[in-house]
Amino acid sequence: MSKQCRVVIVGNGMVGHHCVEQLIELQQQDVKIDITVLSAESRLAYDRVHLSEFFAGKSAQDLALTDESTYDSWQVNYRTNAKVIDIDRENKSISTHVGESFCYDKLILATGSYPFVPPIPGGEQPHCLVYRTIEDLLAIEKSASTSKVGVVIGGGLLGLEAANALKQLGLKTHVVEFAPQLMAVQVDAGGGQVLKEKIEALGVSVHTSKATTSISRGDTYRYKLIFSDDSELETDMILFSAGIRPHDQLARDCQLTVGERGGVTINQQCQTSDPNIYAIGECALFNQMIYGLVAPGYSMAKTAAQHILALPDASQFSGADMSTKLKLMGVDVGSIGDAHAKTEGALCYTYVNQPAGIYKKIVVSEDNQRLLGAVLIGDTSEYDTLLQYKLNDITLPESPETLILPMAENKPTLGADALPDTATICSCLNVTKGDITQAIDQGSCTVADVKSCTKASSGCGGCAALLKSVVDSELESRGVEVKKDICQHFPFSRRELFDIVKIEKIRSFDELLTKHGQGLGCEICKPTAGSILASVWNDYILANEHLALQDTNDNFLANMQKDGTYSVVPRIPGGEITPEKLIKIGEVAQQYKLYTKITGGQRIDMFGARVEQLPEIWKTLIEAGLETGHAYGKSVRTVKSCVGSTWCRFGVQDSVSMAIAIENRYKGIRAPHKLKFAVSGCTRECAEAQSKDIGIIATDKGWNLYVCGNGGMKPRHADLFATDLDDTTLIQYIDRILAFYIQTAERLQRTSVWLESLEGGLAYLQQVVIEDHIGICQSLEQHMTEIIGKYQCEWTTTLNNPEALKRFKQFVNSDESDENIQFVTERNQIRPATEAEKSNQVIAVEVL
Amino acid sequence: MTTTNEQWINVCKPDDLIDNAGVCALINDNQQVALFSLPSQPERVFAITNYDPIGSANVLYRGIVGCQNGEPIVASPLYKQQYSLRTGKCIQEETAVTCFKTRIAEGYVQIFRE
Repeated sequence: MSKQCRVVIVGNGMVGHHCVEQLIELQQQDVKIDITVLSAESRLAYDRVHLSEFFAGKSAQDLALTDESTYDSWQVNYRTNAKVIDIDRENKSISTHVGESFCYDKLILATGSYPFVPPIPGGEQPHCLVYRTIEDLLAIEKSASTSKVGVVIGGGLLGLEAANALKQLGLKTHVVEFAPQLMAVQVDAGGGQVLKEKIEALGVSVHTSKATTSISRGDTYRYKLIFSDDSELETDMILFSAGIRPHDQLARDCQLTVGERGGVTINQQCQTSDPNIYAIGECALFNQMIYGLVAPGYSMAKTAAQHILALPDASQFSGADMSTKLKLMGVDVGSIGDAHAKTEGALCYTYVNQPAGIYKKIVVSEDNQRLLGAVLIGDTSEYDTLLQYKLNDITLPESPETLILPMAENKPTLGADALPDTATICSCLNVTKGDITQAIDQGSCTVADVKSCTKASSGCGGCAALLKSVVDSELESRGVEVKKDICQHFPFSRRELFDIVKIEKIRSFDELLTKHGQGLGCEICKPTAGSILASVWNDYILANEHLALQDTNDNFLANMQKDGTYSVVPRIPGGEITPEKLIKIGEVAQQYKLYTKITGGQRIDMFGARVEQLPEIWKTLIEAGLETGHAYGKSVRTVKSCVGSTWCRFGVQDSVSMAIAIENRYKGIRAPHKLKFAVSGCTRECAEAQSKDIGIIATDKGWNLYVCGNGGMKPRHADLFATDLDDTTLIQYIDRILAFYIQTAERLQRTSVWLESLEGGLAYLQQVVIEDHIGICQSLEQHMTEIIGKYQCEWTTTLNNPEALKRFKQFVNSDESDENIQFVTERNQIRPATEAEKSNQVIAVEVL
Repeated sequence: MTTTNEQWINVCKPDDLIDNAGVCALINDNQQVALFSLPSQPERVFAITNYDPIGSANVLYRGIVGCQNGEPIVASPLYKQQYSLRTGKCIQEETAVTCFKTRIAEGYVQIFRE
């Protein structure tokens, strides 16, 4: 390969675009790849798989996979509306219908396919359309606006997608299929029958075994379809979806080898009969097979790109599994391998539940050892497991039928350790078990880590359960404990314990331990239980029955530092503080010789307080009108804010007032982990709200709400949850999100990891909180109202409780101080003395 | 801080103890002793030196009390290592604190010094 390589790609569908991406991603520095893309359509690549969502409200822009500026930034030349009409193989150049020509070193045909329109008399009239491009959709939309009834001719996968589109446009919809059943390629007769019943139940009429012979003028509606059995069907518009044909005319014209029934013949490197010309996607024919799915197209794109770039260990295309799992009009459909049991000697097991509309069949080898294929209608929950059996040739259990029977006792589940390293776990992002193992070897130790490292399960998310079982089993095999039990004293996760406490109205650790645990508890389960009890009941945490549960920070309402002293943080809501309070804090620090530092959360931290000094310090602070800052708790800490519209020239909302209101609303609420908030008064985002658990950014119409960000060890940008909210809705959403987090997160799980671990992620959280998808919003709000209503400044309560105050001393039998606590001065403030600095002193503990 | 006989030392009153948690007492030689009351255990009161050898601070009495495979323990509030209240051995690291025998006698919690 020369130092410069001109690559011309004809066609910019999903596969053509993927090839561009691959070439950009994989190109090496020593070779300059000069890419030209020619698209016959008026726009660059878009997502054809989700085309029907166009009628559910997605715009062409939503469906777009790329845009002009992206191609510009990659230095990819492109032409839209450019139909290639000629390939000159001898001179290695191509020309378009407007006479423009381009030279190539390597040419890639990604011309895709076109919908086959059967030659039916009358089929070329207006309102007889096809379903493939966005332009087709616009034509369908236009035609539907003057139509009441629509017919789709063709009951395959695409036909049903098209029928869904017509239904969404409000038309009375019919599907006419020549074969005796729907989806005859992927589904067997039994499954087709169940599918038909389900689709008819959705209001779409299905007519099977109907061959359309002509289309003539209708009596009631625009047209009349006449079938070979002389029956008729009237309609206003017709969509043809009778299969696809490869766009191979260009290849034929320049004498490349094509298949008998079309398709440009390719080898394992995706080269055509001319080694400088490649064909990928639906126009290519490999091993007498056209692959009409996007995944095999993507692998061809990758193979071609790697071959052109002459990468070492380039992949080869050796066919693809055509198994699919999809939702058609809300009906789950899955098809694996030999769905029709065509293999010699194949045996079938079938489960049909007609009332529920469920059909499941597995096809196994003659010896009952291997899975050959499967059909699943109405319930595809076993799809992933079955696919792994098939792809990895795993030996079936003794009674294979248990794989599909509902509630079968001892239903075999495919252990993740039974899968080979080559097993694909996430097919969207092509992540294998080996990739996951490698991520774990490199230090990932949770599903969330593996997800962010490998991108597994970040596509459709269908493999989430499988991913988790692989991660768990890998961790287990490395001796990592993956049980969700919080510790040896309770065989429950935090979430389960939370439910137990709430449902059984348990008010103390002893009660919880007696009823559901064993032993004495430990430093894991005690604070967890303490936190749950506080989250559910919000009682005083130093009440006698809770006293022994808290970590020392909670127990002494201050933060322990390395030398056993504590730091003290008064609450400064929103970071706003009067000079009087500021002076008082200064005076206290001066009086007790404390080290002071401004925190990241816009407050002041005073260090070096001995345990016996804490009550006096707090007495002074509380008299000055300050209150506890809960810096010691796994609880709501601070709400950081910028100065907002009151002072700032750019502010559009009063961020300080909002921050103070929010801090006062949620202060002290105990949660599985600490919570930090921020409010920014405009889009400049000076409060850094997008790095917070709850981030709020002002807009000219209200507030944008961001959720589940954090700084810390593994920073995560918060996700935009909802936009332009008014004050009331904003608070309502935060109430619900926090209550849901408190109720469902695991121990010490921050909101960022919690969101990653929620199946369905952000979209699911939005459904729960905004749409009340699972009907719990009312109870979430009630929970939040209850705990907010029980807020107390724990220091005020403690100072009024002589019993609790007794504990604030180092010794029960002496008023002396701990001699081991020693300070030296640095930059005019104290700091703990190092061991070396102390070494000339007598240290009590060394003597015995 | 009075001595009743040569080796049993009074450290505090039984009322000074907190069930399932710790307190600290100062005995002669400026020795700090962490005392834990565990009513469910036959010993009832446990005593160890208060100094956390890993965190290098006198804090063990502020740790959370519990058990590990049936063995009563306290977890250091600094870095969470667990120490057996019966043997003083650290469960996670190669280190230990000193344990004392305890009893309640003559209206006092007493520890035995060898």
